[in-house]
This record gives sequence, C-alpha cells and structure tokens, in this order.
Amino acid sequence: METKETTANIQKPEKLVITSSPHVHNTESVTKIMWIVNLTLLPAAVFSVINFGLPALVTMLLCIAGSAACEAAIQYWRKKEITISDGSAVLTGLLLAMCLPAGIPWYIPLIASVAAIGIAKHTMGGLGHNVFNPAHIGRAFVMASYPVAMTTWAVSRIGNSGDFSGAMNKVAGFDVVTGATPLGILKQQGYQALVDSFGGQTAMYKALLMGNTGGSLGETSAILLILGGLVLVVKKYIKWQVPFVMIGTVGLLTWAFGGKVDGKVIFFTGDPILHMLSGGLIIGAFFMATDMVTTPLTTKGQILFAAGCGLITVLIRLYGGYPEGVCYSILLMNAVTPLIDRYIFPAKFGSLPELAKRS
Amino acid sequence: MLRRIKGGVHPHDEKKSTEDKKIETLPVPKKLYVPVHQHIGQASIPVVKAGDEVKKGQLIAESADGRGTPVHSPTSGKVTEVGNYPHPIYGKSLCVVIESDGLDQWQDGLLTDRSWEVLSVSEMIDIVFKNGIVGMGGAAFPTHIKLSPPKDKKIDTLIVNAAECEPFLTSDYRTMIEYADDVIKGTLIVMKILGAGKSFIGIENNKPKAIALMKEKCMGKKIEVVELETKYPQGAEKMMIKAILNKEVPSGKLPMDVGCAVQNVGSLKAVADAVEKNIPLIERIVTVAGSTVKNPMNVMAKVGTPFSELFSHCGGFTGRNGKLIMGGPMMGMAQVTLDAVVIKATSGIIAINENDVDIKEEKACIRCGRCIEVCTMRLLPNVLSILSEKGQHQTAQTDYNLMDCVECGCCYYVCPSRRNIVHYVRQSKAKNAMLRNAIKTGSK
Repeated sequence: METKETTANIQKPEKLVITSSPHVHNTESVTKIMWIVNLTLLPAAVFSVINFGLPALVTMLLCIAGSAACEAAIQYWRKKEITISDGSAVLTGLLLAMCLPAGIPWYIPLIASVAAIGIAKHTMGGLGHNVFNPAHIGRAFVMASYPVAMTTWAVSRIGNSGDFSGAMNKVAGFDVVTGATPLGILKQQGYQALVDSFGGQTAMYKALLMGNTGGSLGETSAILLILGGLVLVVKKYIKWQVPFVMIGTVGLLTWAFGGKVDGKVIFFTGDPILHMLSGGLIIGAFFMATDMVTTPLTTKGQILFAAGCGLITVLIRLYGGYPEGVCYSILLMNAVTPLIDRYIFPAKFGSLPELAKRS
Repeated sequence: MLRRIKGGVHPHDEKKSTEDKKIETLPVPKKLYVPVHQHIGQASIPVVKAGDEVKKGQLIAESADGRGTPVHSPTSGKVTEVGNYPHPIYGKSLCVVIESDGLDQWQDGLLTDRSWEVLSVSEMIDIVFKNGIVGMGGAAFPTHIKLSPPKDKKIDTLIVNAAECEPFLTSDYRTMIEYADDVIKGTLIVMKILGAGKSFIGIENNKPKAIALMKEKCMGKKIEVVELETKYPQGAEKMMIKAILNKEVPSGKLPMDVGCAVQNVGSLKAVADAVEKNIPLIERIVTVAGSTVKNPMNVMAKVGTPFSELFSHCGGFTGRNGKLIMGGPMMGMAQVTLDAVVIKATSGIIAINENDVDIKEEKACIRCGRCIEVCTMRLLPNVLSILSEKGQHQTAQTDYNLMDCVECGCCYYVCPSRRNIVHYVRQSKAKNAMLRNAIKTGSK
C-alpha cells in the first residue's frame, strides 16, 4: 500500500515484536525461585559445618559438584541446553547432602548424586518432569546400597553443653566421632534412655531445637530450618499449610500412639515434641514435601499430600524397621501425586448451583 | 466494604502518565480508513463507492444480517476508495477511505435535542442500533443485541463496568471525570430499556476521584457506586458480576442468565449521545501511552484514524519501539504497523520501548500451581498448556474445560517458566474449531 503521510518525528520502527497477549510478566522465574530456596537452606548448611566440622562441608561440596556435573554431562550428551545456572541441580545436591551423615566415604555422595540427577530427574525428562523427589531418591539409593556407612552418624561437636567456641576450634579437624541419632536411641533403647542421654527432658528439647544432636547434616538445627522455611512461606514460594499439616500430623499421631510402657502402647502419652523436632521431619516438611514438581497442584491436594506424609512417617517411626521414615514417606506420597491431582481440582467458575441462580 | 474477586493478579497499573490529563480532540486527519469490520461476526457491507460525497455521520456501511452494526462516516469529505487496508485485529480488512474536506460538516437530521424520557423502549433500541453503538470496553459486541434479551430472560440489575483493570488504560476513567452526566444519563436510559430496577457502578479503588464524583452524581438515583479492590481481570464481564453480586455466570451462558447486564462506561456515554442527540458512534476516547510516547494522554479520535496520527499528536516517540499494542498489555493485540487504524473497540494504543520488551525462553512446567491460584475461571491452566503442546486438543476441551478460558492472561503473568499458556489455549481452541468445521462440511 501507499505510505501514509506521517509527521517527521514518527520514525517507522524497523522491527516490531509480535506475540500473543499478554505482553507483561511479573519478575518471577524458575531460576530465581531455585536460588532463593538454596539461600534459605544456607544458614542450616553453615550450622551443620560448625556442628560436624569439615567432613560436613566435604559431603556438601561432593553432592553439589556431583549433581551439577551429572546434569551437565547428561545435557551435553543429549545435546540440550546446559542449565546448571538455574540452580535446580545445585538445590538437589544441597538437599541430598542434608540427608547424608557427615564423614561418609567420598564415593557415596557421588553415587547418590548420580542416582538423584541421572536416574530420578533426567530419565524422566529433566526439570519439571520427574515423579519422585531427586534428593530423596539419591538418599534411598545409597541407603539400600551402603546401610552401614549411611547409619554411622557423626556426633555433634557443640554437644549438649552448647559449646559453640569449642566447636569452632574443632571445625578444622577431620576426625569424626560417631554415635547414634536421637530417633535411633529411641528405637533401640526406648524413651527413658533417650531422655537420660541428654540429662533431662528440657535439655533434650533445647538440644533438638538448636541442633546439638547427631544425625544427617539437615537433621540437626530445627530452628534454622524453620527460619529458612518461614522465609519461603513469606515469599509465597511454599504454602504454610504443607509443613503445618505434615508436622502437625506427626505430632498428633505420635502423641496418640507413641507412648509405650514395657512394650505396651498407652494411648495419648507419647512425646510429640520429640518427634516433631527430631529426624528429617523439619527439613522434609519445609523443603521436600513442598517441592513443586513432585507434589500436587492444588492447595487441597497438597494438604492431603502432607497429611499422608505425616501418617507414613509415623507408621515407619513407630512400627517400621527404620528409626526414621520421612524420606520414604515423601517418596511414597510422590507416587500418589498424579492420583491426587486426578481427583482434587477446583470446581470451575459457574458450576456451583447456589452462585449461578437468578435472584 | 471493598469488594473483589478471588484469584487474579496485580500488575503495575501504569496509569499515572495519563490519568490527570484532559482529553484532547485529535484534529481530523487528511485521510480516514474506516473499516467496515468492527467486531466479531460478519463484516458490514459498504453502501458508498469511490467518488461519493459523504457528510459527517452519514451511513457508509450497513449490517449484513441484522446482528452486526452499521458504520458511519466520521467526517465530511469524499470517498476515494473502498479497499483493503491494515486493520488492528484482522490484518487487512475492507475499509472505506475518506478524504476529509476539512469542513467536518454534519449530515442533516443529526444533532437533535430530545429527551430520552419521552421515547419508548423499542424506539430507543432502534436508535442504538441505527447509530452503530457497540461495547467500547474492548470486545465491541453490538449493544442493541445486549439491550434486547429474550422475553423469558428478565434482567433486574444493570452493572456499569468502570473497573478498567488493564494497566495503562485511562480512557474509561477520563470519560467518567469529563462526561459524568452523560454516563449517568446512559445508565438511566439502559435501565429503562432493560427494565432493570437497580444498577451498580463498579470502580476500582485506584480511581478515588472517579468514585467520589460518581457517588455525588448518583445521589438520589437507583444507582449505587461500588468500590472494588484493584485487581486484574476484574473488568471482565463475568468477574464484574462475581465481584459485585457474588453470582457466577455458568459456562456457555450469558450475564442475562443470572439476571444481569453489564455495560462499559464508554458505551453508556455513546448510548446517551445517540438517544438524546442522534449522534452515531464515529469517534472514541483512546489512551495513547507506553514507554516511548513523549507526551502520553487520552485523545478523542475518529474511527479510521491511523495510529501514527495519534502518536504524532502525542509528541512522537522518544526511543525505538519494540512492541505496539492495541488495547491493554494483558489482553491487547500486538500490531505490525503504525498504519493500522482506530476502530470502535480501540480503548488504547501502547508503544513499548524495544528495551522493555520482555521475552524470555519458555521452559517446562514445574507444576508450581501459581496459574491455578490466579485463574479466575478456576481451571487448570498448566494442564491445558501441556495438553495443547502434546496435541491433545480434544481432551483439553472434554476433560479440562478449555472453552471456559477467557484468555485473561493471569496464568502467563505469574508463570515462572514463562509458558505462554494463553497462546496454547488459543491454539487448542482454533484446532478444535477447525476439526468441528471439517466434521460439519464432511471433509477431512
């Protein structure tokens, strides 16, 4: 067509971008979400290094490097864009390290990383397509393969006395003193023995909350994990309902069924605080059961998911062979996620008869 | 009490640059390219030919099937051509090209002065039809059809849509500020036509001046001003009804099925002008804004004015354009050329600097569920996008309510993987429509 007369200050743009609407977007991105989750885990990770010394740091670095390298290798092999910078492989590595004991032989974190990234994530198609939580698959894999190494727990350097400066001095050392986790003592020797090992109930709660106990890297500082989790809640990256329901279910059920005298269950005498603060529950509830990819889409579905995780955790802790069951409970519920999504979704607009009436 | 819808998003409203400026009337351009295809459905048929002299307000195209609307000449002059020229929605479309004679002379019989109170309902519907009034919120649905519901669908409530929830746009806001009396008059006219006993004006609370002014003007009338929380897409018809009356229009139904009618403030002003002064819809208020526009403002522009004229009236561009949008940035259409023209549905034109064009690569869905939280139709947008990606368009329609999607774009706005879910939905809808047509015609 002929060019229309236009005023001089209207230059013809050379290139106009044509896209389907909308033309604006908020500032959120997958990369940003992943790195912020990494950041919120950092305080607890740093604490674990103080608590267990350099071996903890080595485990962590091995997991992160292993995960990132595995992701890069697979993407290079499949001629896909290498996406280490989006932070998801680093997050998987960090979460995986939090599930492993400090001072574990160097090859175990690497094998776990390959299981997590190679098997759980990339055989399914990569980020967004995996059915199971990669970090937990990695842990479950090495738990089955190296049961002894995986249950040789490092003992807290800070100890029951809360001696931070002493621990800091010892951080440089590579020697690892091993011992049992609180849940392990509970399983093998009973509740009284556990309380005695801390020298009283209050001391035990304080130790659990502050993290001066043995266990995996991420099974220790409940308070730092909760703080990190709360940041995610405030930033709306996770829903408060999920950790609340999962931890609540564990508390409720252990209180109801956890009390034993001479091997006989006495109802409503359990110690919910011990169960809620110990083991991998806090990190599981705030960082694993809230993983977007492997949990249901809707809030209602997520609440059901969290309750299921809590229930299975308690079943394993009270009646199973393992002292701790958070990892398996989340993996089992991951398998149920597609089913939950099939039956729980919002009723579409206008489908509720009471709102669609003429007045 | 502040009312609002559930879901939706809060994009930055970007209205500051234009909201306090008076509407300026754009000088009549030398040539107008008036499209005869103004809204969905069949295009109107031109009744003038090259060489004809036309007056301002003269009929130049009439409805093909009675469901469309007539088009009128925006100024006086000579028809030089009836041919295909750039259209903001349909690419190229049949336009009546009018060369202005600079006199802007009205046709005889227009510019009357009559009182709406003495006119009968059927007379008024006829006036609305003959003057080519359409919904001016963006869809340009013919107003006379909305005003003549079937007898069994009694309408008791009129809702005046003044939410203007799209960023940048302030044309409805300026209409309320500068033409408040006309808007109220239009409301009363439409209430009479529909037999509606009461009426609500829904205004978002980022327009406090409009709320105050409308409240003052509505004193003693059966019109209530409702303050809404600022939230996109509250200006969508179904959402407006939900926010104000807490009623939900069922899938595939219309507002009349819940006893409501929704009219945009701009349309009501046009109705008032048509009924009282017999002025056809030949010009409208257009917001000209965006990051490259030197002096953004609202202009009164004639239908058929090329966008370039509007931008040059606003001082031209300060940088290179990356995107040109007709309508708001959430639902507007990206434009290919500055030669596209103002149509009856043009609520605004937005020019975005090439550095502000925000396009990132799409990634796989990470199932975060944000799209589900913001979806006001309560669908599963991520599932729809994945089904479309995999070519399962029929499943999307039968199992996941594809057709209920109103394409508001909230899902894309919040998607951390930058999936253009709306685009996927449109693709599925188009593929299914093609399939339906193929079945109907018996071909493969």
